[in-house]
Amino acid sequence: MVLVLALGDLHVPHRAADLPAKFKSMLVPGKIQHIICTGNLCIKEVHDYLKSLCPDLHITRGEYDEDARYPETKTLTIGQFKLGLCHGHQVVPWGDLDSLAMLQRQLDVDILVTGHTHQFKAYKHEGGVVINPGSATGAYSSITYDVNPSFVLMDIDGLRVVVYVYELIDGEVKVDKIDFKKTATMHA
Amino acid sequence: MLPDGGADDEERWLAEGIAGVQQNAFYMHRALDSNNLKDALKYSAQMLSELRTSRLSPHKYYDLYMRAFDEMRKLEMFFREETRRGSCSVVDLYELVQHAGNVLPRLYLLCTVGSVYIKSKEAPAKDVLKDLVEMCRGIQHPLRGLFLRSYLSQISRDKLPDIGSEYEGDADSINDAVEFVLQNFIEMNKLWVRMQHQGPVREKEKRGKERNELRDLVGKNLHVLSQIEGVDLDMYKETVLPRILEQVVNCKDELAQFYLMDCIIQVFPDEYHLQTLETLLSAFPQLQPNVDIKTVLSQLMDRLSSYAAASPEVLPEFLQVEAFAKFSNAIGKVIEAQVDMPVVGAVTLYVSLLTFTLRVHPDRLDYVDQVLGACVKKLSGNAKLEDSRATKQIVALLSAPLEKYSNIVTALELSNYPRVMDYLDNSTTKVMALVIIQSIMKNTTCISTSDKIEALFDLIKGLIKDMDGAQNDELDDEDFKEEQNSVARLIHMLHNDDHEEMLKILCTVQKHILQGGPKRLPFTVPSLVFSALKLVRRLQGQDGDVIGEEVPATPKKIFQILHQTIEALSCVPSPELALRLYLQCAEAANDCDLEPVAYEFFTQAFILYEEEIADSKAQITAIHLIIGTLQRMNIFGVENRDTLTHKTTGYSAKLLKKPDQCRAVYACSHLFWTDDQDGIMDGERVLLCLKRALRIANAAQQMANVTRGSSGSVALFIEILNKYLYFFEKGIPEITNTVIQDLIELIRTEKQSENTVADPSTEAFFASTLRYIEFQKQKGGSIGEKYEQIKTT
Repeated sequence: MVLVLALGDLHVPHRAADLPAKFKSMLVPGKIQHIICTGNLCIKEVHDYLKSLCPDLHITRGEYDEDARYPETKTLTIGQFKLGLCHGHQVVPWGDLDSLAMLQRQLDVDILVTGHTHQFKAYKHEGGVVINPGSATGAYSSITYDVNPSFVLMDIDGLRVVVYVYELIDGEVKVDKIDFKKTATMHA
Repeated sequence: MLPDGGADDEERWLAEGIAGVQQNAFYMHRALDSNNLKDALKYSAQMLSELRTSRLSPHKYYDLYMRAFDEMRKLEMFFREETRRGSCSVVDLYELVQHAGNVLPRLYLLCTVGSVYIKSKEAPAKDVLKDLVEMCRGIQHPLRGLFLRSYLSQISRDKLPDIGSEYEGDADSINDAVEFVLQNFIEMNKLWVRMQHQGPVREKEKRGKERNELRDLVGKNLHVLSQIEGVDLDMYKETVLPRILEQVVNCKDELAQFYLMDCIIQVFPDEYHLQTLETLLSAFPQLQPNVDIKTVLSQLMDRLSSYAAASPEVLPEFLQVEAFAKFSNAIGKVIEAQVDMPVVGAVTLYVSLLTFTLRVHPDRLDYVDQVLGACVKKLSGNAKLEDSRATKQIVALLSAPLEKYSNIVTALELSNYPRVMDYLDNSTTKVMALVIIQSIMKNTTCISTSDKIEALFDLIKGLIKDMDGAQNDELDDEDFKEEQNSVARLIHMLHNDDHEEMLKILCTVQKHILQGGPKRLPFTVPSLVFSALKLVRRLQGQDGDVIGEEVPATPKKIFQILHQTIEALSCVPSPELALRLYLQCAEAANDCDLEPVAYEFFTQAFILYEEEIADSKAQITAIHLIIGTLQRMNIFGVENRDTLTHKTTGYSAKLLKKPDQCRAVYACSHLFWTDDQDGIMDGERVLLCLKRALRIANAAQQMANVTRGSSGSVALFIEILNKYLYFFEKGIPEITNTVIQDLIELIRTEKQSENTVADPSTEAFFASTLRYIEFQKQKGGSIGEKYEQIKTT
């Protein structure tokens, strides 16, 4: 069992002062094995904070990130799953599932994690999974109105991944669970 | 006087003294055992003669004294037995010991018998004590006198005619008890002070040190006074305190004054201090100029504020005696009297006073402001502080209200707060500003009116703009970033739900941050822009057009502010960031149905793209953001839209590298096909883009062949194939299954013609694309039907 934290679009300090205190108290070092961050942190302090939660940190570049060294896309393998990571502003139309699916084929991954729209999404698509963890700070977005802060925890266990989405709604953390199984027909 | 001599000599003299004491004590014991009073007196007097030495330092003298003291307890017991048995009356004894030849042994013996005399109750305690304390005047040598009187104090402690004591005499005897202790105290203090003035000047410091070792002998008397039952508040107020203070002030000795003031504060109860505050405080300005008053006064304030914290029921008394006003007054007077007191001393006093009022009168914000005001008054005339210790105290002074109220809004009401800050040097001003911001963040304080925000910006101005006279202090790049990022965070805490007030807030923030100069704008402008866009979003839901009524907060107005602000940023120049912000605004204007505004923002973004963004990587990101934004715009009329899409495809085709050109151009295809209601559906131009992308991919392929003898661009064809599939599914009539089949074959050919080994990621991409086609076929229905004809093998 491996816990992967997926989050992005924090936009600190441009659009939000900090992560919600409720999230900060939930995210403690030592529990998470990998962090994947879609980008737009935007500053070093946030990078350092994430690093303090878990040293295995994977970040792709958002259009507001001060650190220009983050790659545009990244792939990594966790257990039986191949994961792809991309901020998503490069994929037009923004947030469009069919266009993201093309990226998923291009990266040849089981799970594609992107951001940019600030809206939590998780689809099964052609046997794979496309996830958008939303904005961890609930930052303003020109695409999505009324953004709630959210992030995603993936529990990867064998051929199964359980996606927990944590959303902060009116000061309360709401958790949803979505279950995916990798089918045998899928390529490895 | 101590003759010159080393420590060795002193050791030897002490040893001789001890030997003398022991020898005579031995004979004394023998006499006591054989009930020989005469011999006992003789040897005890000889033993006590050893205390007549002038050769020992106070420390060594104490050693000797303690040995004699122990022996004297035995003698006292003997005297008591004697008188009880009746073999000798205490009165006779009292007479008898006065025959001792030397005055010092005589007085020790007299005190010892006096103790027995009082215990026997044959004479009133007060008479005996009075007699003894008077007679002790016979010793004027400071060290010997001090120890003799200390002995007197010691043996009389349990025999004072206190109220409720067995030695209590007539109604008035408590006065005698107090009088006795006071007198002994006064005489001891005089002796102690006189020590300082004897001997050579060069040993002054050493004497100070030695005297310090003796201070508890004097202070013990105050302790005794505090233990006397009969010393109630009235007695303390009327007699004890005034008499002690009189002696303290009059002795004009720094060491004694500091020690005794501290001693008074420590030994007497808090309640007494509170009720005699005026008297006690009146002594402070009269002390010697070098006495460390701030420590003592701070101690007093600390004690009283702890007292108030521990027993809230006494709070009315604090108000009744006007404790705050009295302290405030006293501090003013002390500072006036001690002209040479360094600034740090004065500020430390104000810190204590502030701590006092925050603990005792947390509701009295005016007191806090008064303290700060007094501090400003003290500092006025000075330039900025250079003393680092004073600066530290000022920081403590300014931090205390923040900690107490944990709400910066309270501090913003303190008119003197910014005035105190003015005395800090530039770097400390910044530190303080950061403390303020951190306090806001920690408590998530929302500051909601523009005048409060004005006041706040005044406090943190050190971070907002370059300060006068700051010769570009070599600030670390990292530190500067951190500072400016905290300002950027702060902007999100400035908020009001009321639209008009929020607009005012934005104007205030804009006014201040635009003064930040080219270094700061890239950090602060984005926060302001997004804060303003949030307000636009809120206004968007409302019908802004109330006819005939002036509505200041309209999206249009805010877009003007945004325009100005981003323009300032673009002049920094910070074109990449400015371009992104312009695009954000364009989208917001789109949502508000403001076509001209949106067009203007796009124009600005394009100008920046054309004139300022030269880096090819930056161009790629910028062009994708432009395409992505433009794709979402739905308010443009045909003409405006054509202009913008034409420009965008033009920029895309002009990127430096062919693959980047190709990707941007196929992305542009989405500008001509949008799914939403009455969206654009221009299949012809979609196809034009895709064909153009194909041509570029071909060109890229050829170039790679020529230059490197290999191909790297098959992936581009596969990407384009995916785009074809995308629009195939959308139902663009020009894209048929034959077109797609041709493309698949083309890719196969290209792959086979590759000179090098196939790239695995390209293979995987192609495979997954073909798998996708199969997947769609199996879906059945209209999609399945569409894909039916396409062969993947």
